[in-house]
Amino acid sequence: MSAILIVEQVLNGLQFGIMLFLMAAGLTLIFGVMGLINLAHGSLYMVGAFAAAWVAGATGSFLLALAAALAAAAAAGALVEMLVIRRLYKAAHLDQVLATFALILIFSEGTRYVFGSFPLFLDIPDCLSGPVTLPGGIQYPLYRLVLIGAGILVALGLWWLTTRTRVGIQIRAGENDREMIAALGINITRLYTLVFAIGAALAGLAGALVGAIQSVQVGMGEPVLILAFVVIVIGGIGSIRGAFIGALLVGLTDTLGGIFLPELFKLFMEGGAATQTGSALAAMAVYILMGFVLIWRPSGLFGSRA
Amino acid sequence: MIPERFINASVIAGLLAVPLWALMADEIFTITLTTRAVILALAAVGLNIALGMGGLVSFGHAVFFGIGGYAMGILAFHAQTFAPLELGPLTIEGTKSMPVIWLVATVASALTALVIGLLSLRTTGVHFIMITLAFGQLFFYFTISWSAYGGEDGLSIYVRNSFPDLNTLVPIQFLGLCFAALCLALLLQWRLRNSAFGLALNAARQTPQRVETVGLNPMRLKLLAFVISGAITGLAGALFADLNRFVSPTMFSWQLSGELIILIIIGGVGRLMGPVIGAAIFVTLEHWLGGLTDFWHIWLGVILLVIVLFGRGGVIGLLTGKEGPHV
Amino acid sequence: MKKAVLATAMAALMATPAAAEVKVGMITTLSGGGAGLGIDVRDGFMLAIKQSGRDDIEVVIEDDQRKPDIAVQLADKMVQSEKVDVLTGIIWSNLAMAVVPSVTAQGKFYLSPNAGPSPLAGKGCHQNYFNVAWQNDNLHEAAGAYANTAGYGNSFILAPNYPAGTDALTGYKRTFEGNVASEVYTQLGQTDYAAEIAQIRASGADSVFFFLPGGMGISFLKQYADSGVDLPVVGPAFSFDQGILQAVGDAALGVVNTSQWNKDIDNPVNAAFVEGFQAEYGRLPSLYASQGFDTANLLISAVEAADVSDADAFREALRAADFDSTRGDFAFGPNHHPIQTIYAREVVKEGDVFTNKIIGTALENHSDAYAAECKM
Repeated sequence: MSAILIVEQVLNGLQFGIMLFLMAAGLTLIFGVMGLINLAHGSLYMVGAFAAAWVAGATGSFLLALAAALAAAAAAGALVEMLVIRRLYKAAHLDQVLATFALILIFSEGTRYVFGSFPLFLDIPDCLSGPVTLPGGIQYPLYRLVLIGAGILVALGLWWLTTRTRVGIQIRAGENDREMIAALGINITRLYTLVFAIGAALAGLAGALVGAIQSVQVGMGEPVLILAFVVIVIGGIGSIRGAFIGALLVGLTDTLGGIFLPELFKLFMEGGAATQTGSALAAMAVYILMGFVLIWRPSGLFGSRA
Repeated sequence: MIPERFINASVIAGLLAVPLWALMADEIFTITLTTRAVILALAAVGLNIALGMGGLVSFGHAVFFGIGGYAMGILAFHAQTFAPLELGPLTIEGTKSMPVIWLVATVASALTALVIGLLSLRTTGVHFIMITLAFGQLFFYFTISWSAYGGEDGLSIYVRNSFPDLNTLVPIQFLGLCFAALCLALLLQWRLRNSAFGLALNAARQTPQRVETVGLNPMRLKLLAFVISGAITGLAGALFADLNRFVSPTMFSWQLSGELIILIIIGGVGRLMGPVIGAAIFVTLEHWLGGLTDFWHIWLGVILLVIVLFGRGGVIGLLTGKEGPHV
Repeated sequence: MKKAVLATAMAALMATPAAAEVKVGMITTLSGGGAGLGIDVRDGFMLAIKQSGRDDIEVVIEDDQRKPDIAVQLADKMVQSEKVDVLTGIIWSNLAMAVVPSVTAQGKFYLSPNAGPSPLAGKGCHQNYFNVAWQNDNLHEAAGAYANTAGYGNSFILAPNYPAGTDALTGYKRTFEGNVASEVYTQLGQTDYAAEIAQIRASGADSVFFFLPGGMGISFLKQYADSGVDLPVVGPAFSFDQGILQAVGDAALGVVNTSQWNKDIDNPVNAAFVEGFQAEYGRLPSLYASQGFDTANLLISAVEAADVSDADAFREALRAADFDSTRGDFAFGPNHHPIQTIYAREVVKEGDVFTNKIIGTALENHSDAYAAECKM
C-alpha cells in the first residue's frame, strides 16, 4: 500500500469526521445547554438536504440551496422547540428519548408524504466539481477539500460564538446555572429556542453539504445520528471541543478501519473470507472504540459531568 | 378513579377473552396477533425490571431479544439440517425442544447481560443510554455479516419447535405457552418488587448514597436487576423467533430497542401491567392504523407525542389518576 | 379497514358481483425506506389486472414496512384469515426467505415479482414457488459476461457485506473471465465511498463492477463521477432504475448496466405496458413495475387455463408460462426460475429525463447456477 493512498485515506477520514462534527456540534450544544437528548437531530439533517435539493432543482443555484437548507432546518428546529421540546426540559431522559423518537416518525413519513418515495437529486456546483492535484501528486476531489474547509470554519465560528459574543456568554452561563441567568433578566425561553435553532441549522447545513455527494432520501439522517451520538459520547457530552476531537477520531477509525482491517486479515486468512471478516469488524470498530473510551473515562474525553 | 388492581385483573381477563372469542369466531389471525402482543409484553416486562425498578434506561435491550432469537435459530437450524454444531472440541447437537431452547436462550442472554452490565453500569444517565445503544449496533452489524447463519437474510425454521404433550403448530396452544411465560414473568416481578432485593433496588434507584451507607452495593443491585431483565427479554426473543419461525438481524435493531421502551411508556413506567397494556395497544395500533393509510407512522408519532406530553404516567396513570414512580 | 382492492371497476357496476374465484395476497413494502420499489410492483401488478378486465381475481394488499417479522405476520394473516390462494409482492430477499418456505409448505402458491435468493432456487426450491423476475445472481452474471465482450481484463469489484452482496460478487466472478484486481465489501447502508474510490484509483484495474442497491448506489455514483477516476463502470440495473436515476443525474450518463427489461424492448405487450402505465400513473414505468405486470399476467394466464382449487393443474398452467411478457420470450427452468435474455443498457438523457437504452445482449436464454441442485 503506497504512501499516497494512505495520505488520501487519512484525508477521507478527516473529511468524514468533520461532517460528523457538524452534526455532533448541534447535538452536544443542545445537550450542554438544555440537557436534552434529541433523537430527531437526524431528521433536521434530512430537512436541510431536502430543502437544498428542492431549491437547487427550482433555481439551479447551490448557494441559494445552502441558504434554504440553513433556513428550513433552523425554522423546523425553532418550530419543534416551541411546540414540543420546551415541554421536555424538565422531563426525564426517558421521556425525551420517546418524544424525539416520535418526532423522527413524523418527520420521516411527513417528508415522504410531501416529496414521494424516491430519492431527490442534488449535485455539486460546477465550479467545485472534479479533482485537484495536491502536492505529492495526490488527486483529490475539490468538493471534499471545500467540505473540510467549511467544517473548520464552522468550528471556528462556534468557538467565536461561544467565547467572544454576548449570546455565547449567556449560553455558557445557561449550562452552569439556568436559574441564575434567568434571575439576571435574560429571557431564557428565547435563548433556548435560539440555541435549538442554531443546532438545527448546523444539522441542516451538514445535510445539504453531504446531500450533494450522497443520496437525498427519507431516513438518511438516522445512520449519521447514531454516529453523531457515538462522537459526543466519546468526546464528552456538552463539550464542543470534545465533539470536534471525537468526530475526527470516529471519522478516522471508520475510514481507516474499513481499509486496513481487511488487509490485516488477509495476512492469515484466505482472500474472500478475510475481506468479509475484516469488513464486519470494521463496521463494529467505532462502537468498540466508544466502549473502550467509556471504560477508560466513563464521562468521555472532555466530559465534566454525566 | 379506578384502582390499579382492578385494571390489572381486567387486562388479564381481556388477554384471555380475546383469543377465546377468536377461537369461537374462527378468527385464527387474531390469535396470532394476540400471541405477538403477549411476546412483546414479555420482552417489555423484562425491560421494565431494569427500567422501571432499577431506573436503567437501556436503549439496547434488543440485544437480549436477538440473542434469545438466535439461540432458537441456531439450535433449531442444526436440528433441521442434522449437522451438529462444532465448537472447537465441543460438539453440540441441535434441538427442536422448546424447554431446552428456552433454557439456552435465558442463560445466554443472562450471561450477555452480565458482561454488558459490568461495562455499562460504570456510566450513568445519557452515557448509559448511549453505551447500551452502541452494544445493540455492535450485535446488529455482527449478525448482518455472519454468513454462517444467513447474515442479513436471517434463518428460516420450517416447522415450529415442539413442547412435550402439546401441538405448538396449533395457534391457540402456542399462545397458551406464551401466556404462561408472561404470567410467570409478571409473578416474578411482583415477588421481586416486594422482596428485600426489590426494596433495596428501589432505594438504589432513588438515592444510591443511602443504600451504600447501610452497607449494600448499589452497583451490584443494579447489575442483578439488569441480568434478570436481560434473561426475561431473551426468553421473549426465543418465543418471538418461534412465532415467526424466523430470526434475522432486525431483532437486534435499535428501532426495536426503542419500541420496547415505547411499550412501557404507553402503559406506564414501573407499573406491573404497564408493558402488557402498552403491547396490547401498540399491536392494535400497528394493525389498524397500518390498514388505514400508508403514512400511518405519522399518526403513530402524533399519538406517542400526546402520550409523552400530556399523558404522564401512561395509560395506567391516566386511569388511576396517579403519575406513578418517576424515573 | 384493509386496502383490499376489488380487481376491476366493472365489478362495481354489476348488481351482484361474482364471487372472486382466485384470491391473491400481496405483501409488499409501501411505507418507509424502499417503499418506491413496492409501490412500483403493486402498480404494475394492478395495471395488468385492470387491463385484463377480469372480475374473478381479488387482490388483498398489505404493507410489510420492510420488516421480516411483519411480513411473516401478514403471511399468516393472508393464509389464516383471508384464505388466499396465491401470495406475491415481496421485494427483499431476507423477507422472502422469512415468508416463502412457510407459505409454500402450507400448500399456497407464491409468485415472486422481485427477490430471488439462491437457497430458493437450489436446495430449497419448491413446486409451488415461481420466480417471475430473476435469480439474484442473474444480472451480476450478465454484467460479468458484458465485461468480457467489452474487453475488460482486470476488474475492481465491490458490494455491501450481506448475503445479496456476496451473491453479487460471486455471480460476477462466475462469468467474468478476466482477473479480479480487488474484492471489497462495504458496510450495509454506507453513504461515503471516498475510501473505496481511493482504493479503485490505486488498484490498477481497468474496470469497476459494483452492486449497491438504493441510496448506496446513488452516493457511490455521484462520488465516483466527482473523483476524477475514469475507469468504466458496470453494474446491475438496480442502481440505474427509472425511480432513482433522476437522483443520480449526470453522474450516471453513459454507465452500462444489465437488465432483463427495458422500456424500449420492441414488442407490442411492452409498448402497451409502457403507454398504459404512463397513462394510469403519470410516470415512466420501472423494472419493478414491469416485473409486477408480468407476474399478474402469468397469474391471469394460469387462471384462464385451470381452476386454482385443482393445485396440480394450476401448477402446470403456471409452469407453462403461457403469457406474453414485457420482455419477449419467457419460460421457466426446471426450478421455476426464468430462462431469459439479459440485456446491456446504457444510461442516456431523453429531453430532461434520464433513462436507459439497450445497447446489446449480455446473456441469451440464461438460466441460473442453482437449477441442478433443485429436486422437486
